[in-house]
Amino acid sequence: MGDSLRRTPLYDLHRELGARLVPFAGYEMPVQYPTGILAEHAQTRTAAGLFDVSHMGQVRLTAKPGQNAAEAIETLVPGDITGLQPGQQRYTQLTNDAGGILDDLMITSTGDHLLMVFNAACKDSDLAHVQKHLAATCEIEPMFSRGLLALQGPQASQVLARLAPQVAAMKFMTGAFFVIDGARCYITRSGYTGGDGFEISTPATDAIARKLLAQPEVKPIGLGARDSLRLEAGLCLYGHDIDTATTPIEAGLLWSIGKERRIQGGFPGAAVIQKQIAEGAPRRRVGLLPEGKAIAREGAEIAIGGKTVGKVTSGGFAPTLGRAVAMGYVERAHSANGTKVDLLVRGKPVPAEIVPMPFVKNAYHRG
Amino acid sequence: MADTKYTQEHEWLRVEGDVGTIGITQYAQEQLGDVVFVDVPQAGRKVAKGEACAVVESVKAASDIYAPVSGEVVEANAALADSPGDVNAEPMGKGWFFKIKLSDKGELAGLMDEAAYTDFVKSLG
Repeated sequence: MGDSLRRTPLYDLHRELGARLVPFAGYEMPVQYPTGILAEHAQTRTAAGLFDVSHMGQVRLTAKPGQNAAEAIETLVPGDITGLQPGQQRYTQLTNDAGGILDDLMITSTGDHLLMVFNAACKDSDLAHVQKHLAATCEIEPMFSRGLLALQGPQASQVLARLAPQVAAMKFMTGAFFVIDGARCYITRSGYTGGDGFEISTPATDAIARKLLAQPEVKPIGLGARDSLRLEAGLCLYGHDIDTATTPIEAGLLWSIGKERRIQGGFPGAAVIQKQIAEGAPRRRVGLLPEGKAIAREGAEIAIGGKTVGKVTSGGFAPTLGRAVAMGYVERAHSANGTKVDLLVRGKPVPAEIVPMPFVKNAYHRG
Repeated sequence: MADTKYTQEHEWLRVEGDVGTIGITQYAQEQLGDVVFVDVPQAGRKVAKGEACAVVESVKAASDIYAPVSGEVVEANAALADSPGDVNAEPMGKGWFFKIKLSDKGELAGLMDEAAYTDFVKSLG
């Protein structure tokens, strides 16, 4: 481990818990705890798992006098942000002039300001991007040393309600301020597992993490299970399933673009994205179900009749299903559900079928 | 065990007569984490020392397994198809991968014995 790796506020706790720490996005992060990824995955699907996601970039955006922060950020993202009511959260992307994705992010309106959560590997460039374009209209406050915890799973609500009773009434993709043990936290009902859960932005990361881990339903979960959980949920991992060379339309993220914004544009790359909405994108992100037990991982070619039609961008073992799953991009002409393809695994073709995602049914609490 | 040899790639080889049973070590299974699939070679395949001839997939990644010695594969552990977790539970027991009929027992001299392998793992920190 190099000395240059950063640590989250939970570094000491990870060590105490026996985590295997690996470099990730410039941080020393837990990839797994002693029980292992399969047990952590099952824990999160059946009870509750606690994830340290403090490496992600939290930024507060507040309008300067006479300005509107939602209107300002809409010049950089295609999501409907001006339509967010106080306490509502949306998933969107920072796009570039070619319609490519600089990062994907969550934006929550508190009523007073907007809270953004960037991917760890992108947060410095995202911050510079936002500062470059919004410095005149908004106060931009990075909160990169603030903790972010994710408590995920079917028992997350009953557990967190012991610390903050009102969370039980929250709906998916909403947020609110709570005081836990004197610490002012912002909690959203959201996550990256496809299941019910919460993300807790807090200045008292270690104390709250220990309190949550003391609950019988909760165990710590590392980045390994975070990846297998999000893969089962069909969620994109930035830098793998989406990047500057993929558009939100190719990635199947049209649902995240506001209906009026599809028409009015006004975000980087709008012309490209609007054209793809009208005419179809040249390729599409699809779900892939390989036959047998072989695992097609990122980079595996997707072929039909020996001709390459795409590439796997994420693939792995889906513990809930006990089988391999993958996602990738294929030419639009071959992207229909039910299409039979071959995935080239170590040079050998593995038959697979294009299927809808998620692979495991979502369990969001829509209230 | 005196007749068990080890490689720097963390395979073990247990020789009985002219047949060697091959698997991965406790250290290797710990590093890999939960094993979810093992692709073993078919009986009859001729392999050269150092040749990649099996693949072990953990949740995280795929890793090649190299033949510690040259020879012909005489048997693969078919049970691993349904219980890949045997590799984690008993890496040197029922989690074995395949058996090779050695073509040159002289190659054994280049492998580590248990004491040397233990020192090797310690040197990895």
